[in-house]
Amino acid sequence: MRRYLLRRTAQAAVVLFGVSVLVFSIMHLVPGDPVRLALGTRFDQDTYDALVERAGLDQPLVVQYLDWASSALVGDLGVSFRSGETVTAVILERLPATVSLAVASIVVALVIALPLGLLSAVRPRSAVDYAATVASQAGISIPDFWLAIMAILLFAATLGWLPSGGYVPLTEDPVEWARHLVLPALTVGVVSGAVLTRFVRSSAIEALAQDYTRTARAKGLPRRVVLQRHVLRNALVPIVTVTGIQLAYLLSGVVVVEQVFAWNGLGRLALQAVQTRDYPVLQGAVLLFAAFFLVINLAVDLVYAVIDPRISRS
Amino acid sequence: MTAEEARGAGAAAGAGGEPVLAVEDLTVRFATRRGTARVVNGVSWSVAEGETLAVVGESGSGKSVSMLALLGLVPRPPATVTGTARFAGQDLIALPEEALRKVRGPGIGMVFQDPMTSLNPVLTIGRQLTEGMEVHLGLDRKAADDRAAELLDLVGIASPRERLASYPHELSGGMRQRVMLAIALSCRPRVLVADEATTALDVTIQAQIAELVAELQDELGMAVVWITHDLGVVAGIADRVAVMYAGRIVEEGPVDAVYAAPAHPYTQGLLDSLPVLGRPRASLAAIPGLPPDPAALPPGCAFHPRCPIRGDERCATEVPPLRPVGADGHRAAVFYDAVAARGGEATDAIERGAGTGGGA
Amino acid sequence: MRGLRDLVGVVVRNRLAAVALVVLGLFLALAVFGDAIAPYGRNEQQVAPRLQPPTWSHPFGADEHGRDLFSRVILGAETSLRVSVVAVGIALLAGVTLGLLAGYYRGWVDDVVMRLMDMLFAFPAILLAIAILAIRGRGAGNAMIAIGIVYTPIFARVTRASVLSVREEVYVRAARSVGAGDLRIVTRHILPNVATPIIVQASISLAFAILAEAALSFLGLGTQRPEPSWGILLSDGRDYVQDAWWLTVFPGLAIFLVVLSLNVVGDALRDALDPRQRSAVESATGAAA
Repeated sequence: MRRYLLRRTAQAAVVLFGVSVLVFSIMHLVPGDPVRLALGTRFDQDTYDALVERAGLDQPLVVQYLDWASSALVGDLGVSFRSGETVTAVILERLPATVSLAVASIVVALVIALPLGLLSAVRPRSAVDYAATVASQAGISIPDFWLAIMAILLFAATLGWLPSGGYVPLTEDPVEWARHLVLPALTVGVVSGAVLTRFVRSSAIEALAQDYTRTARAKGLPRRVVLQRHVLRNALVPIVTVTGIQLAYLLSGVVVVEQVFAWNGLGRLALQAVQTRDYPVLQGAVLLFAAFFLVINLAVDLVYAVIDPRISRS
Repeated sequence: MTAEEARGAGAAAGAGGEPVLAVEDLTVRFATRRGTARVVNGVSWSVAEGETLAVVGESGSGKSVSMLALLGLVPRPPATVTGTARFAGQDLIALPEEALRKVRGPGIGMVFQDPMTSLNPVLTIGRQLTEGMEVHLGLDRKAADDRAAELLDLVGIASPRERLASYPHELSGGMRQRVMLAIALSCRPRVLVADEATTALDVTIQAQIAELVAELQDELGMAVVWITHDLGVVAGIADRVAVMYAGRIVEEGPVDAVYAAPAHPYTQGLLDSLPVLGRPRASLAAIPGLPPDPAALPPGCAFHPRCPIRGDERCATEVPPLRPVGADGHRAAVFYDAVAARGGEATDAIERGAGTGGGA
Repeated sequence: MRGLRDLVGVVVRNRLAAVALVVLGLFLALAVFGDAIAPYGRNEQQVAPRLQPPTWSHPFGADEHGRDLFSRVILGAETSLRVSVVAVGIALLAGVTLGLLAGYYRGWVDDVVMRLMDMLFAFPAILLAIAILAIRGRGAGNAMIAIGIVYTPIFARVTRASVLSVREEVYVRAARSVGAGDLRIVTRHILPNVATPIIVQASISLAFAILAEAALSFLGLGTQRPEPSWGILLSDGRDYVQDAWWLTVFPGLAIFLVVLSLNVVGDALRDALDPRQRSAVESATGAAA
């Protein structure tokens, strides 16, 4: 168990190192002088010199990388070319919006996918199964940002039930926070839920067909117990993986949906950083996303070990 | 008491006893894309308390499916099941699922073929043993744990208390099959169905498990239905044997009579394919050809296309009914006298059959 | 190529997949012959009153410049499909090459290539594309490259896995034993036998690429105005969501239909390849036999 986790952590660390090199090189792959580009018409020599020095751009590349990476390790991601604030502060400001949306969406997704996937697995070829299959195929194929626009069209523009966009912090006004969260979370949750429904269905079908499920039924256990204790428990292993991947994806900001709903999360931050050529912010955001992804994958491995004794005990 | 004596005692008890489970004209069909698969085609048998019935046949002969159908363990649809199965004053085939569920476990316990896949990998042995007892016997967790340990002890697992916390992957194949047996026995079933219970195990373990079942049967007085493709396993433990081919019983009777004078060419073929002490394994006679596709059964006797004898022209057009060919209910589905047709080699078969656990 | 013929057979037998194939054919025709089919030119203005709702002569309505949306959606097919197909082509070429190298040579080549792919995989797709566009600048050409890079790892993984499963097959060992060169073994013996999963992956990736192209163009990073990519049409229509629903409904439906058709075809192919996906009925009778 410990060896398994150590190995997985080491692999993640190697990948994270590579990712950091890639992210670091963003600024150096940009043709031309990134600082000059970023300042554009606001160019003045003092600001320019200050930014160059602060970003360490006058140093050799290796030194620059080591500086940047070691600072990043302790949470210092540099300074925004635009606002002069630290990148860490900018990101922390946006984090609650993205976390709210990610968590709410994954809840929506699971609420849709678990019952729907299980039901269609238990009753293959029934009306429920066909409906679930068609709905999940549609959900996977629908552009999420178009669904967002359609949601606005229906619930905001036509019916006027909900605001069409914007983010209100929870601490400021919980009711408005929730009202603003509904449409983005439903949009993202429905799309994620479509992906999840498929996995829940296929992994439940697989578990249902296993010999141990037959054994459980031959014991005369009530159907509910067979499904919960034997089928669902075994189906959970793949479901947890996919849910983890979905969560990682949601945490890295559903860029386009955030943009449509004017949701001031990390995805929108990254997009704004691209548009304003604010490379330190872009680097910080992208590094954070990759780190999220790796950490969540590690967490998924841990959960595996808890669910599946074959891993934890060997 | 040895297994052999136990078997004798069981046979004696079973000889005059009322059947615990009596199956009458059981059919199982599956709707498939290629048409209706007729997997079980009118099978009748019964088993009495303390008696061991062996149902023998190749894979695909319908032997396992007929057992699963009795317990409502084949999916309906695509399967349709007809016939009757008398058990404790009820007809299992007509029973609603909820009532049938209560038969599974305390009424009829089942051991499956593959102990590697038949236990749930994510639950402890203890949990898999106790869950049935909690449901059927109303035991609390503590009492169920105690009885689970007793059961593990009963099936010959050392330090049973500690084993309750083990997971299936931590046990050997033979140990797992003992656990499966303990699970099947946990609610004191009146009938134990062992579906190829030893097939996945190596030969010495096979013999141990077979002997264990015989001992437990004597101790607990239940009826045993032993499903196998291996006549060798059956010889030492069964009282009666029913040979199945393409969803029908082609021969049945007391095990000694069937082994001594097999009347159906298929039974003869099966016995010929058993290894005999002193005969090199390479010379094993196999029956050429394959069992028929259940979605396209041949007219007449289903064995006819593979039959080395074809002793009667009706074999190709009519399904031969079971008819008496010897004493004590020894019957076979043949139109002619196969022993005569083959010319008395029958005595060999007794020696062959007595070698337990040979054929795997 | 017996494998390829089987794939086509599978798609034709599956009725839903056959319908999807027809839909794809229609969109392909629009992409190729769009200029001849569309009633109006791609940027012909004032052919209708501005923001006119759908009518018989303008079935999808008109935008704020009085441009016919029906024509623009038809002409958008060309842009969207071209960018996506080229992008998947890039991913396929790069990924398959890397996957072949990794799977065939194993050892350090395998390690280096696959760790690199892991790193690319650690980025959320759309963000990686955005980051690449941030470096290379916006535009349809760079969008192709960005989407191509994003989907390279999946092709590398699929190819490598298939190569590993065939490299020890008898025919490959036989070729090696008679002294065939690496290049010959890979192109003659390995590639044809790993083609099927790659084709399946290509159809699935194409669906994602169309979504990605639309998203990037919507954000203003991919195809640039006045080119009528579907993402651009959605972006334009977004400003009028209160007043002109048709501007967002129809381009979105076009994307949805194409992506859905690609996914349906991809699924039909994958099901045919994956023996575990057999239908419930077949496995039930399989248990019986």
